[in-house]
Amino acid sequence: MEYLGIELKKPKVSFFDFTCCEGCQLQIANKEDTLVDFLSLVEVVNFREISSEKKDHYEIAFIEGAISRQDEIERLEKIRKQAKLVVALGTCACYGGVNSLKKRFSVEDVVNEVYGHNPVETLPVKSVKEVVAVDFEIPGCPISKAEFESIILHLVLGTEFRFKKYPVCVECKQNLNHCLLDEGKICLGPITRAGCNAVCINGKLPCYGCRGPAEENNWPSLKQILTEKGFSPEQIDEKTSFFNSLTEVTKNES
Amino acid sequence: MLYKTISKANFKVFINEVIAGNVTIAPKMTDKDSEGNPVYQFQQVYAFDEIALNYTKTYSSLKNFFLPFKESLSTFQFDKNEWKQKIEYSIHPRVIVGVRACDINGLLKLDNVLMKGKYPSPYYVARRTNTFLIGLDHEPMADCFCQSLNSDEALHGFDLFLTDIGDKYFMQINSSKAFNLFKNVQINDIETEDEEKYIAEKKRIASLFKTRVAITGLSNLMDIEFESDVWKKWGDKCLSCGTCAMVCPTCYCFTVTESIDVSLKFALKEKVLYSCNLVDFAEVAGGHNFRPEPATRLKYRFYHQHRGFVESYDEPKCVGCNRCGIACPAGINPIDVIHDLRMEDVK
Repeated sequence: MEYLGIELKKPKVSFFDFTCCEGCQLQIANKEDTLVDFLSLVEVVNFREISSEKKDHYEIAFIEGAISRQDEIERLEKIRKQAKLVVALGTCACYGGVNSLKKRFSVEDVVNEVYGHNPVETLPVKSVKEVVAVDFEIPGCPISKAEFESIILHLVLGTEFRFKKYPVCVECKQNLNHCLLDEGKICLGPITRAGCNAVCINGKLPCYGCRGPAEENNWPSLKQILTEKGFSPEQIDEKTSFFNSLTEVTKNES
Repeated sequence: MLYKTISKANFKVFINEVIAGNVTIAPKMTDKDSEGNPVYQFQQVYAFDEIALNYTKTYSSLKNFFLPFKESLSTFQFDKNEWKQKIEYSIHPRVIVGVRACDINGLLKLDNVLMKGKYPSPYYVARRTNTFLIGLDHEPMADCFCQSLNSDEALHGFDLFLTDIGDKYFMQINSSKAFNLFKNVQINDIETEDEEKYIAEKKRIASLFKTRVAITGLSNLMDIEFESDVWKKWGDKCLSCGTCAMVCPTCYCFTVTESIDVSLKFALKEKVLYSCNLVDFAEVAGGHNFRPEPATRLKYRFYHQHRGFVESYDEPKCVGCNRCGIACPAGINPIDVIHDLRMEDVK
């Protein structure tokens, strides 16, 4: 693998899934138009969606999913010891994601509701960084294929990758969308980090903030806007806490 | 300039002919807001009946057809130790129908910067000179303040401009290209009655403006009020989301990004429109940010509109369309901000 005559080193990468839908890994596996080129950039050591091979020698571990069981904690700690870099992949790994909805109930109630008389062991949901040290986080539910590919390219070329610091609104208006706040919906685009190309709003679904807060996030102002539009604190909280990705921004201010 | 009239029936025939032979862009209804009001955008049309000629104003401006939000400046092809650069800025000619005077004036302001300046942009020039513009007069909306900015009348910068005078349009023909298009469609000489109707209609439109913004001396006032609390008041509401600059017909600030294709065989240098309200607009190498506070960034957006641009081009950058005011989720609009600066009662 050469770039401008320079031989590049292929990093050995592994993908591991925890409590999640494995949709982020699927984003990578089904990006068929560039998959061959992408797979020539890295050496895939573990990636059960595309290969049954398993090896223990890898440099970068991509962790998909939240952590919600004791055996997951032990497995994750073992991966941390093996990998040089641990990357949280997707909103579940970065923030707990949809699984965090479980936090609204007691563990007993959750187990009883889902498993009835066949209880399973489960813990309150944690993000990866709440369990082990994380070197890099790639948010998104699911992750953006284009952004992920760009991150890997930067890694292989040894250049710094920069997330967009501005909120989703920029990409939303660049796609000529009409503001969903003006259509009577709670949209969290103004405080959420761009990089998704406003994919939800392009499809008329308001932003739930899966990518976490933008660098500048004026939550007090957005909260006031939503309140003035007649939304109750419960309605607002339901959206902002959906992915547990904006908690750091929305809980600091009450 | 030639003055003619065209019957509305013939105008429809004419536009359908234009559509048949050209990429044609016109206002279309694309959404409805929570109160049921239609939302319009400029989009490609395939028949006259798709065009919302009686539209109010489009949510976004026409800007992106001349300054695309993302535009390839250059592509690179790598081959072993060699690389080739390719620069492409030719475009297919296209027609835009139903453009308001304020939007034509917005393009004239962009022309000053990107076409007539010391360093013209070949990308902009290609798009501008290959676009045939058909303007159309309209009644102002309640929040339009283009009259205050002298942008309610377009004197040039278009190929055709129409004013509705009943069963026909009073038509200003401003290019030989436009004149030649009427070979197959009947147009008529101006009669006294047409002139009278045209003058009456122009007067009627001019009398309908409800919103006025005092512009005289505004650029001096901006200097005097540099430390004003007004900036903090509106800055506290600002979401730093860049919506205002995206929908604005004249905001042209941009960033340049470079990306390498995953095949490692190609690379792209792309221009992406940016906004001075975004958090890292004034961030420089090494990480220092000259404008870390939202209030400062908001202030400088108004400064460029009403002070910086005036120094360079003797006129404000703003055309008074209030698109930013409509689109701003936080309700920040130039009418209230300028009233506040002048210490007038805010409505």
